[in-house]
Amino acid sequence: MNKTRLREPRPLSFWLLAMVFVLFVLFMYGPMLVIFVLSFQGPEGGLTFPMRGLSLHWFRQLAEGLGVVDIGAALRRSLALGLAVMACTVVLSVLAGLAFRKRLAGGNTLFFVVVASLIMPSIIVSLGIGLEFRLIDTAIKAVLGWLGLQETLEGFGTSLGLFTSALGAHLTWTLPFGLLIMFAVFNRFNPAYEEAARDLGATPWQGFAHVVLPLVAPSVVGIGMFGFTLSWDEIARTSQAIGDVNTLPLELQGLTSTVTTPSIYALGTLTTVVSFVVMGLTLALVWLLGRGRRAGAAR
Amino acid sequence: MSPPSTSHTAAVAAAPGRGIAAWWQAAPFTAVFVLFFLVPLGLILMVSFWDFNEYELLPGFTFKNYLSVFEGCGNTADLCTTLRTYLSTLKFSLLVWGITLVLGFAVAYFLAFHVRSPGMQTLLFVLCTIPFWTSNVIRMISWVPLLGRNGLVNQTLIDLHLIQTSIEWLLFSDFSVVLAFVHLYTMFMIVPIFNSMMRIDRSLLEAASDSGASGWQTLWNVIVPLSRTGIIIGSIFVITIVMGDFVTIGVMGGQQIASVGKIIQVQTSYLQFPLAAANAVILLAVVLMIIYGLTRLVDIRKEL
Repeated sequence: MNKTRLREPRPLSFWLLAMVFVLFVLFMYGPMLVIFVLSFQGPEGGLTFPMRGLSLHWFRQLAEGLGVVDIGAALRRSLALGLAVMACTVVLSVLAGLAFRKRLAGGNTLFFVVVASLIMPSIIVSLGIGLEFRLIDTAIKAVLGWLGLQETLEGFGTSLGLFTSALGAHLTWTLPFGLLIMFAVFNRFNPAYEEAARDLGATPWQGFAHVVLPLVAPSVVGIGMFGFTLSWDEIARTSQAIGDVNTLPLELQGLTSTVTTPSIYALGTLTTVVSFVVMGLTLALVWLLGRGRRAGAAR
Repeated sequence: MSPPSTSHTAAVAAAPGRGIAAWWQAAPFTAVFVLFFLVPLGLILMVSFWDFNEYELLPGFTFKNYLSVFEGCGNTADLCTTLRTYLSTLKFSLLVWGITLVLGFAVAYFLAFHVRSPGMQTLLFVLCTIPFWTSNVIRMISWVPLLGRNGLVNQTLIDLHLIQTSIEWLLFSDFSVVLAFVHLYTMFMIVPIFNSMMRIDRSLLEAASDSGASGWQTLWNVIVPLSRTGIIIGSIFVITIVMGDFVTIGVMGGQQIASVGKIIQVQTSYLQFPLAAANAVILLAVVLMIIYGLTRLVDIRKEL
């Protein structure tokens, strides 16, 4: 019963596993499609089937806000944080990827730490970062008191925030993925192009900007997409490290227990659409970069 | 998973000053992990020995937090809260691990060995990864209209006259928690196992069959051992995620099921940071022991 030889009748195991695969795909997509359909319920509709009419009612409800939660503000915060995480992930991962190609003192230790961060239960990382910034707060307050800056002291809230603690928390989750992708890229990278550039008198920077970067560009775009989407959905690492405000997934998690109308499905549909737009744009960009390279090669 | 081979860059590295340049390139990346990973972990360990009151953390050195975590655990007749929580969390980990391993292996096997054209392989693989890009909370609540008391499953079963009244245990139960975990994290098994399987030299399979091995023998003696790395990586992912989880268990358990992660989260919301830190240290120790055991287990079998 050889499973790989071509032009033989498919063995029984093929049909069984094909069935498992189809059921698995239905299992993955089914519930999401249900959410998508139910978010277009009519105004009379509830959280389950049957559909009572077809409307954008619950999207309008969403735009008006859900209870005390300002969805628009949360959405903007998540977008801003996602973009910041994306930018940092791309720059830091590419730099680190380049560093790992050379002799890097302590490279193995760094790699071990990165893998540890990847498999560390997120709640622990989150708690640690939350603690760190609370202790920083205490220190800042002590220093302000010591300097006698009473007004600044009273105005000081916390150093926990979107672009301090939350950004750091997200990076401990996105950077390991970025580095692993860079490893995969540079493992397949042919250094002959770089050597050719050097032989032709290119400076290291010219070699990087005109040879290496264009060659790895599609993967770098992929790292950016990873960074954004991982941050866009992140809850566990943000939960203790965000401070006073919440990102969209955190608000969404809170809403699951309070909102009992299909507007929560509308919100689900909306965030899914954002993810897919990001993915679509990324794939288009990768395709354009690839096409530019192919055209360059043809010339 | 290992750092890339550096053989082809040896010449580059030999140039004077390159080591320093590499160090500068890696510095910002390293700084992030020092500031947001290593220092926080150190602080958790430190604060787990601190005292606290309603208003502030009190630096010091006390085992009070650890003692309070294990309060009443000397009593063997009635399990203490901590042990029961850990057992329940472990139960979820084992169940989810077993299911995702079998399911993930089957899917990866189908993609790697049964799908013949590389184009089709890529297409089906991407098909599996697309749901991964949707928010986890959305994927969780998408089970509500299916499993709820008046959900699709109950309605269908009633319409078919298979049951008289709605099944209550479908939603906000152990069942729905495990289902959601499998739904969310089977991808973490498929990707590494598929990756290992694609590296298996196909001529080994032919050799096995030429030597008279049955399909099962080839599977068990050739494919499973050669997919070992992928299986371990996937297992470590799934187990660490489930051990530390509080979001899925919260949402899908109707906020009724305890988990270690949830205890930590609740304690921080009451600003009991030293207690939460002690719990985090214990959780970390348990997770590290499981990971260590997992790598041991497989190494031992390889040696047999």
